[in-house]
Amino acid sequence: MKLVLSSSPHQHVRRRTNQVMRLVIYAMVPGVMAQLYFFGWGVLVQMLIALATALVSESAIVALRKRQIGQALQDYSAVVTALLLAVSLPPLLPWWMTVIGTFFAIAVVKQLYGGLGFNLFNPAMAAYVMLLISFPAAMSSWLPPGELAAHAVTFGDVISVIFTGFSQSGYDINQLRAGIDGVTMATPLDYVKTQVSQGYTYSEAINHQQFTDSLWSSASLGWSAVALAYLLGGLVLIQQRIISWHIPVSLIAGVAVTATFLAMINGDVYGSALFHCVNGAVLFGAFFIATDPVSASTTPRGRLIFGAAIGFWTVIIRTFGGYPDAIAFSVVIMNMAVPLIDYYTQPKVYGQQRPVKQTEGEP
Amino acid sequence: MPYDFEQIVERIDQQKFWTFPGGVHPQGRKHLSNQTAINTLALPKQLVIPVKQHIGTAGACLVSVGDKVLKGQTLTSSPHPFSVPVHAPTSGLVTAIEERTTAHPSGLPELCVVIEADGNDTWTELKLIADYQQETKSSLISAICEAGIAGMGGAGFPTHIKSTARKKVEFLIINGVECEPYITADDRLMREFAWQIRQGIDILSHLIEPKVVIIAIEDNKPEAFKAMQQVCNDTPAIRVVQIPTKYPAGGEKQLIQVLTGREVPRTGLPADIGVMMFNVGTCYAIADAILHGKPLIQRVVTVTGEAVQKPQNVWALIGTPIEHLLSQAQYQLKKQKAPTVIMGGPMMGFTLPSVDVPVVKITNCLLIPAKKELNLSQRELACIRCSACADACPVSLLPQQMYWHSKALELDKAEEYNLFDCIECGACAYVCPSEIPLVHYYRKAKAQIRIQRDDKDKAEKSKQRFEARKARLEKEKQEREAKHKKAAAARKQATQPATGEDGGAKDKVAAALARAKAKKAEQAQATENSASAETQPEDNKARVAAAIARAKAKKAQQAEAPATDSQGSAEDERKAKVAAAVARAKAKKAAQQTEPDDTANASDSAHAESAEDARKAKVAAAVARAKAKKVAASGAPTESSAETDDDSEGREAQRKAKIAAAVAKAKAKKQAAEQAEGEPEVTEHKPVEPALEEDSPEAQRKAKIAAAVAKAKAKKQAAEQAESGPQATEDVPAEPAQEEDSPEAQRKAKIAAAVARAKAKKAQREARQSGSEDNEQS
Repeated sequence: MKLVLSSSPHQHVRRRTNQVMRLVIYAMVPGVMAQLYFFGWGVLVQMLIALATALVSESAIVALRKRQIGQALQDYSAVVTALLLAVSLPPLLPWWMTVIGTFFAIAVVKQLYGGLGFNLFNPAMAAYVMLLISFPAAMSSWLPPGELAAHAVTFGDVISVIFTGFSQSGYDINQLRAGIDGVTMATPLDYVKTQVSQGYTYSEAINHQQFTDSLWSSASLGWSAVALAYLLGGLVLIQQRIISWHIPVSLIAGVAVTATFLAMINGDVYGSALFHCVNGAVLFGAFFIATDPVSASTTPRGRLIFGAAIGFWTVIIRTFGGYPDAIAFSVVIMNMAVPLIDYYTQPKVYGQQRPVKQTEGEP
Repeated sequence: MPYDFEQIVERIDQQKFWTFPGGVHPQGRKHLSNQTAINTLALPKQLVIPVKQHIGTAGACLVSVGDKVLKGQTLTSSPHPFSVPVHAPTSGLVTAIEERTTAHPSGLPELCVVIEADGNDTWTELKLIADYQQETKSSLISAICEAGIAGMGGAGFPTHIKSTARKKVEFLIINGVECEPYITADDRLMREFAWQIRQGIDILSHLIEPKVVIIAIEDNKPEAFKAMQQVCNDTPAIRVVQIPTKYPAGGEKQLIQVLTGREVPRTGLPADIGVMMFNVGTCYAIADAILHGKPLIQRVVTVTGEAVQKPQNVWALIGTPIEHLLSQAQYQLKKQKAPTVIMGGPMMGFTLPSVDVPVVKITNCLLIPAKKELNLSQRELACIRCSACADACPVSLLPQQMYWHSKALELDKAEEYNLFDCIECGACAYVCPSEIPLVHYYRKAKAQIRIQRDDKDKAEKSKQRFEARKARLEKEKQEREAKHKKAAAARKQATQPATGEDGGAKDKVAAALARAKAKKAEQAQATENSASAETQPEDNKARVAAAIARAKAKKAQQAEAPATDSQGSAEDERKAKVAAAVARAKAKKAAQQTEPDDTANASDSAHAESAEDARKAKVAAAVARAKAKKVAASGAPTESSAETDDDSEGREAQRKAKIAAAVAKAKAKKQAAEQAEGEPEVTEHKPVEPALEEDSPEAQRKAKIAAAVAKAKAKKQAAEQAESGPQATEDVPAEPAQEEDSPEAQRKAKIAAAVARAKAKKAQREARQSGSEDNEQS
């Protein structure tokens, strides 16, 4: 009798790549819900546009590369990339920008590097950076959180603005951005940055209608809630062992330490650690972006370094750079450093005195 | 070492353990097979015994086809220490010794002894050692070796080699962990044969003398733990411990880490950190071998999986085809998607190529999974670098980097990521969400690296051979060139001796100078000779110069002799000789007044072989003759006055003259003989020997002897001359004269020679009278 041969091990834990990806998508649900609540239907529309673009781009490129389309789509990696990008974009971004960004993420950043597992950069963040540099005004045009908005934006308005540039009532995006006081509203980070640059102190800056006047005085309305919703999803991911704790913890610690250090130097100019953590994309980035396994560091020590460095760069760029938020920039910067980090943080192998740092080339 | 012995023992007593990084928790599924006692199999009809079932070298077959063998009879033997024999598992007939497919992942055929069972199961004579403590360790170890025991945990390392380690062992660890899912062979063995395992442990303790014995059992085997505890509770030196269940805690290195916190150095052995480990099955087999004399011919095998009706453990004879075991457990083909039998566990086992494969010493399990029991489908997806593998790795490797490089065939990079530290436990592949068969990639890469190393070794050796040959040829070439150069230089020197460029030039110049001086002295002498007046200072100078020249020439000769080789040497030697000879001849000429010097020169001249030298010698002889004549002439008056005057002065002069005459004659004769017969060596050698030592004060005495000899010769010659008449007498000077350059000189020499002869004759006649007296005096 002829027997069938296979290689050991003959047993596998039953969690496959697509299950991992699906779990990531599920973990995004609380954050997306919060975004829908505070920023309207735009998020959902952007997600759909990005998803469609991602699937089409992925299929096209995979077909060009003569690979199996079905297998490529089944791993859900393109879906995750599309969703991560979509939730990062301003809800009323013109549709074609989302399409360009998603296509760039899938086709250029991922597939041109060899597909899943081979991309050097985080696709969603690389695309976000590309869009931010190309269309800085549009990429900064966030609506004020619902409670503070002067104009109620209906689902029909959202569709209309995204695809035509004007709402059904004829308002354009800048008009829609006006707050209840009639002033065009910037994002909290942008607002504080502008105020501080105009000579106001940090505490004066956060004494604004955008910021809650509760214990969380430095937390902004809406934005902080969204951030905390993503934190919740992230904790689920850790609990499910989809991601390890290393990167989120070290990233948040990196932000906190850098921010505290700066605040200690001059608390009037630099925001507190809490301000930096709950505003902007730090929590979202810590759990959903920086933990992208493909482009992150893979060794335990390396992950700590990777996360902490992203946190550091985020605060530095937010404070001294030209953009209000900097998670995308920081992640892309540290993606470049990953091979180096991985090489120098190899764990000590059993029976070795210390990890071998071999020099290039055989002696 | 981070912890010392006492600390470790204390921790163990508190049931506190270390842990190893990573590890996985697959479903144990041990209940399938550990609920029933170990069954005994019906005797199979045919047994196939591979001759090599251990790590090391195979022995040579002791039996041949057609032999009848008894149960327990040794089938192979080897003088090699890294070898254990195999034994006949039952009595029967050897029907074949041939290559068969065996239980090896490669599926390559190996040499096997095939035995047709006769059904009697007759034992051979068993040699047991009842009281092992009275035996020497070496005899126990050889008994363990003779029993064919090799590590039964999976590696098959010869047990006798392990137990002969010289290093001090602190911990003797008995491995009853059995961390692989499904396998329960050790579990059942411990439950049912705890006492015999204990006996084996005692024998090992006797051999190894550890400070403490630790029996480690995973906490998913409480019954086995209790059984072992029961049989060991009388000895405090044996500790039975339960360790947390985590795969691969049963790996040797991992278990050492869990129990002692120590790590085996990557290039070392457990003995290096004071640890030695044996499997419980090995302990059982050792007890069997020593106390019952039974070699290792059977073992417990777990037959399990959902595709067998009755999963169980069985005592299987080594060599039993697995088909026999499958039918015992009621294998159901239809429950499998495709017929698959795994030998070993689901994590590290390998699939068998056929059901004819025999059970071997390391076979602990046969796993026959049903359709959806194990996730066998391996649709490999792209690696997403999730690092789940790195988190699971018990040796802290970076499996995905190794996979990356192995797949890309960047083998040096893979090695850089410590590929060879991989224990192939399968934890990484087990957790991989992309279902990448990581271990398979590592095995392939390892094999390729080994092949490359072999090739490299071969290339290295041939390179060395080539380099050696090249170096040899180069050396030969250089030697040839050096020779040619030397020869060329020698030729150059030969053509321009005065402008010689090498170190000898100075010497040669000096020699030439000396020659010139000697010549001058000679010329002075020649003029003085005719006036029969001798100027001592001039003479002395000449002699000194000659001596210096001689010395220098000799030195030059010596200096050049060793330095030159066959081609250059002949010429150099010749030149040196010429120079020496010339110097000698000159010196001789200058020194002819005194007899001892003369003989010395004569002896020196023996070395002169060139024609030129001969000519000069002849000239010298002629001069000597002339002098002799002179002396004789001056002697003649004194002779007459000697009778009237006293003897002292007259005798002296007479004697001198006689000697001189004799020497001259002898030389002349010699020359003649040389010319005539062409055998200079013989005649010339005679004066050589005594003359060589001629520098001492004894010289005079010797000179006298020489003179006596010369006189005798002269007498003889005189007699001959008397007989042969004038013709013969003329012959002697005639021949050397032929070679004289100038006719004038020839004529002169002839005259001189004739005169000398006449005088010599006369002197001889006179000498005849005083000859006897002289002889007596000397």
